[in-house]
Amino acid sequence: MTQVLKITDLHKRFGDLEVLKGIDLTMQKGDVVSLIGSSGSGKTTVLRCINLLEDFERGTVEIAGEAIGYRHDGRKRRRLPERQIARQRAMTGMTFQQFNLFPHMTALGNVMLGLLKTQKKPKEEARSIAESWLERVGMASRKDHYPGQLSGGQQQRVAIARAIAMNPQLMLFDEVTSALDPELVTEVLAVVRDLAADGMTMLIVTHEMRFARDVSSRVVFMHEGRIHEEGPPDELFGAPKTERLQGFLARSEF
Amino acid sequence: MDYDFNFAVVWRNWDLLAQGLGLGLSLAVLSIAIGTGIGLIAAFGMLSKLRPVRWIALAYVSAIRNTPILVLILFTYFALPQMGVRLEKIPSFIFTLSIYAGAYLAEVFRGGLVALPLGLREAGLAIGLTEFRTKIYIIIPVMMRNVLPSLSNNFISLFKDTSLAAVIAVPELTYYARKINVESFRVIETWMVASLIYVAACYIIASLLRRLEARLAIPR
Ligand SMILES: Nc1ncnc2c1ncn2[C@@H]1O[C@H](COP(=O)(O)OP(=O)(O)OP(=O)(O)O)[C@@H](O)[C@H]1O
Ligand SMILES: [Mg+2]
Repeated sequence: MTQVLKITDLHKRFGDLEVLKGIDLTMQKGDVVSLIGSSGSGKTTVLRCINLLEDFERGTVEIAGEAIGYRHDGRKRRRLPERQIARQRAMTGMTFQQFNLFPHMTALGNVMLGLLKTQKKPKEEARSIAESWLERVGMASRKDHYPGQLSGGQQQRVAIARAIAMNPQLMLFDEVTSALDPELVTEVLAVVRDLAADGMTMLIVTHEMRFARDVSSRVVFMHEGRIHEEGPPDELFGAPKTERLQGFLARSEF
Repeated sequence: MDYDFNFAVVWRNWDLLAQGLGLGLSLAVLSIAIGTGIGLIAAFGMLSKLRPVRWIALAYVSAIRNTPILVLILFTYFALPQMGVRLEKIPSFIFTLSIYAGAYLAEVFRGGLVALPLGLREAGLAIGLTEFRTKIYIIIPVMMRNVLPSLSNNFISLFKDTSLAAVIAVPELTYYARKINVESFRVIETWMVASLIYVAACYIIASLLRRLEARLAIPR
């Protein structure tokens, strides 16, 4: 098995507020890990640290064996230069709660941009990769539409295609459905499920417990910046060990 | 009022007026183009993480915005040569108007940048673009489209401001109008015609720009 992600002793603070208090998490190729926990427990922050959208003060994040974000000169720890950071960011793909599509580009343009400008692929190749991913998320017929002309569910599917078209080692999903009307949730979750079935390595932050139970190989419960309990979904949901998780599950909708 | 209007003397010089109008428009187009570049740099400067950069950008914008444009024109044309920077009339005016446009556009762009959702930048970074490329391919194009109406208004203001070039004898519309006025003694007719040309030109430019805005607007 190949190790895709290894987080060791990750600490992150915003000013005086310590948001992550030592996170350890390992993922192998093909793992689908769901990150659950109450609001403010630090789930989004974990994803943002992995994608280097946040600095972190302590600990290491390795992707495919490469320590990302920082290098060590003797005892000094320095942030890597921007080009390196950009390259390492492209090792992971990320989707956002608010989709964040580029509003001035069509669906196809959104998916092609990274292929053209980050990966420097020729236009024809970029187009055919982008088209095949749009097809895969069921958006082929809307590829020439602009984000403002698409529903939330459609936008999120384009955003997923945009991230995954870059062929990342690891996909990070931050509450893909929480900004969606209930009737649009299913179509997006179906896409994520489909990618999971295909063997994509994925770290998913979600409040959809039933979905987490179905799709994950492992579930991680966070509480106040720490991993409080983790295990296979049936164990975690069926027989939660800690009181905190029991309380959290009792309060969650299924 | 007993007055015999005689527009013929003015119209006889239509070629001069047309030339003047053409030069005025060219001056405005060049200045808004250069000013856009300066304005973008200054806008990013004002939002920079580095205090000295912020300070310089802010100093530029407030110094220019708080000086009357006529003073700027005279300063560039008459004072700068004394300090060793000698520019011909037209380049001198383009320089002044660009610097002036840059300061106003900097404010417009800063507002546009601040209004963008933060997620746009992060989405660019997340697909592996550098900060610079994110600005070039995402931030600037989206912001520009959002501020297009202000950009149009600024362009029209700049076009009207080109009339001030007459004070340093740049041969644009106002300059020729003054010349025709002096030669024909037809004060009322000359300045009526000049005003009408400005009104008509501004009206046409505004409607063209509105079409352009509609064409460039982000579809939704
Ligand atoms: N940029 C920031 N500046 C200051 N504090 C922040 C910032 N981002 C997050 N926080 C704080 O960090 C804590 C963890 O936030 P995070 O977004 O990771 O939580 P979460 O588990 O994703 O919550 P939710 O389920 O509501 O999305 C919260 O207390 C939040 O207020
Ligand atoms: Mg969150």
